Amino acid sequence: MTTIIAVPKAPSKRRLGPDLNRLRFHYPQWFFIPAMVLFVVFFAVPTFASLYFSLTRWTLFDAQFIGIDNFVNFFKDPQLSQGFVHTFIYGVVTSLAKVVLGFFIAVFLTSPVLGRGYLRAVVFFPVLVSTVGIGLTFKSLLDPFHGIVNGALSAFGIQGPGWLTDPNGALLTVAAVDIWKGLGVAVLIFIAGIVAIPQEYFEAARVDGANTWMILRRITIPLSYPAITTVVILSLIGGLRSFDLIWTMTSGGPGFTSDVIGSVIYKMYQAGFYGLSTAGNVILIVVVAAILVPLSRFLTRREVDL
Amino acid sequence: MVAGTVAIGVSVVVFLVPFAFILWQALKNKSDSAELNFAWPSQFVGWQNLVEVLTYNDNMILRAFVNSLVLTVLSVSIMVVLAAMTGYVLQRRRGRWNPVMNFFVLAGLIVPPAVVPTIWLLQGLGLFKTLPGLVLIEATYGLAFCVLLFRAFVAAIPRELDEAAVIDGAGPLRLFFSVIFPLLRPVIITVVVVQSVAVFNDFANPLYFTPGLDNATVQLTLFNFQTQTLSQYNLLFMDILLITIPPLVMYIFFNRQIVAGVTSGAVKG
Repeated sequence: MTTIIAVPKAPSKRRLGPDLNRLRFHYPQWFFIPAMVLFVVFFAVPTFASLYFSLTRWTLFDAQFIGIDNFVNFFKDPQLSQGFVHTFIYGVVTSLAKVVLGFFIAVFLTSPVLGRGYLRAVVFFPVLVSTVGIGLTFKSLLDPFHGIVNGALSAFGIQGPGWLTDPNGALLTVAAVDIWKGLGVAVLIFIAGIVAIPQEYFEAARVDGANTWMILRRITIPLSYPAITTVVILSLIGGLRSFDLIWTMTSGGPGFTSDVIGSVIYKMYQAGFYGLSTAGNVILIVVVAAILVPLSRFLTRREVDL
Repeated sequence: MVAGTVAIGVSVVVFLVPFAFILWQALKNKSDSAELNFAWPSQFVGWQNLVEVLTYNDNMILRAFVNSLVLTVLSVSIMVVLAAMTGYVLQRRRGRWNPVMNFFVLAGLIVPPAVVPTIWLLQGLGLFKTLPGLVLIEATYGLAFCVLLFRAFVAAIPRELDEAAVIDGAGPLRLFFSVIFPLLRPVIITVVVVQSVAVFNDFANPLYFTPGLDNATVQLTLFNFQTQTLSQYNLLFMDILLITIPPLVMYIFFNRQIVAGVTSGAVKG
């Protein structure tokens, strides 16, 4: 991605034909300016400023340079470094589940089944609903004593876990709700990918005697590669940056067992440790960039042309 | 046939029960809703709950709806115009700033924003804790995705149209705003629908950039509501229900545009 900013050779004015001059007039580059100003002021400046402020003890008005102390603290304090580990667990679990579940649901929903339109709609709708609303609803549904989930389980004679109050299960419970909410995007993208595969391939395979599994393995999966790439990248971006759902459901608790970098950043900000919070932010930026840039390069290279 | 029936059954349990739960609790009175189950309530007080939620704490939630509406309309309008201009020129010519803009788009899609330095910046500009500040932030964060959609759509508009307009004497502004922009209608609808749902549902940015009651959005008041009204689950779920309605309406009327936004913007990120 960094190679993209290599400045292209400036076209010399003399070489421009009349056509190019016209082009320059009708499609003026000053059209970029408003968007660029917003982007530079509200995104680029804070991002670059974060590199400096992460190295300081900071009160918003006054910053004292302390070197890499914030980063050392971040990784030395188990309460903070746990969030670092959880971010990976949360990101990998949610995106893996969205890819696998989403793909099979999409295959199912592209075959002629009863109530297809209804099923597509109902799987997608949670995507549009407020994360806070979903989080609070599931907090009630998963209440260890009154919640209907454990109520239903006990009807089958199963003693349900504490879900969000269980230190070992809280993070994965939130991840499960995240999957529930975000699955629709994956399904939709996979459906679009599968529908784009020319029907002749399936017909030819069937004529040749391929069974459902072979068609899936040899045609649907390889030719859905662009869609799979997209879902992996999108859900990882979302998963690694996640904050809303975790904050509404557990606030990182019990203890620090469901903290991720996003919630650590907020907690440190609330506590007034602005330098430390910004260091967490820089770590998040590095983590997201370090995973997604090579991954998207690797994945897009393997794409097959239809 | 069998698979379809099973799937419908599973979908009802997994996807419809939570929404039915929200609706059911919102209709109950305080003590019935505290049981958090589907038991038949002793009375239906949905209307009273609605009035009580909206007027709660000096119309806090009603005001939050106004704030959210203003925020959504303004930030999405900015996104549409600026992203359309950018995507259009980006697609139409090869200029020296194109690589820079492309890099911005990519960075905007992937890189998480640095929040505390953004607060510091907003404070410096006098925009911290203000609605205009939040509008500009939301517009900025949404731009990258919108530019992608517009750039892809402009590619499908024939250049001959531009040439015809130019021959008829249109300058660059007329060409864009009178000829191209109206043709972007389908993608504009997609952008408006997808981004308004995103801005309306956003929680983290209002939490950081407009703390306090004055400029709180609906998501923020919902979050604070659970701590303020501890056991009043009926009001909490009425609030959740209210917040779910705008996206539901969007989905009913603009189903196709939402699907287009999710899939087209996603293909080749």
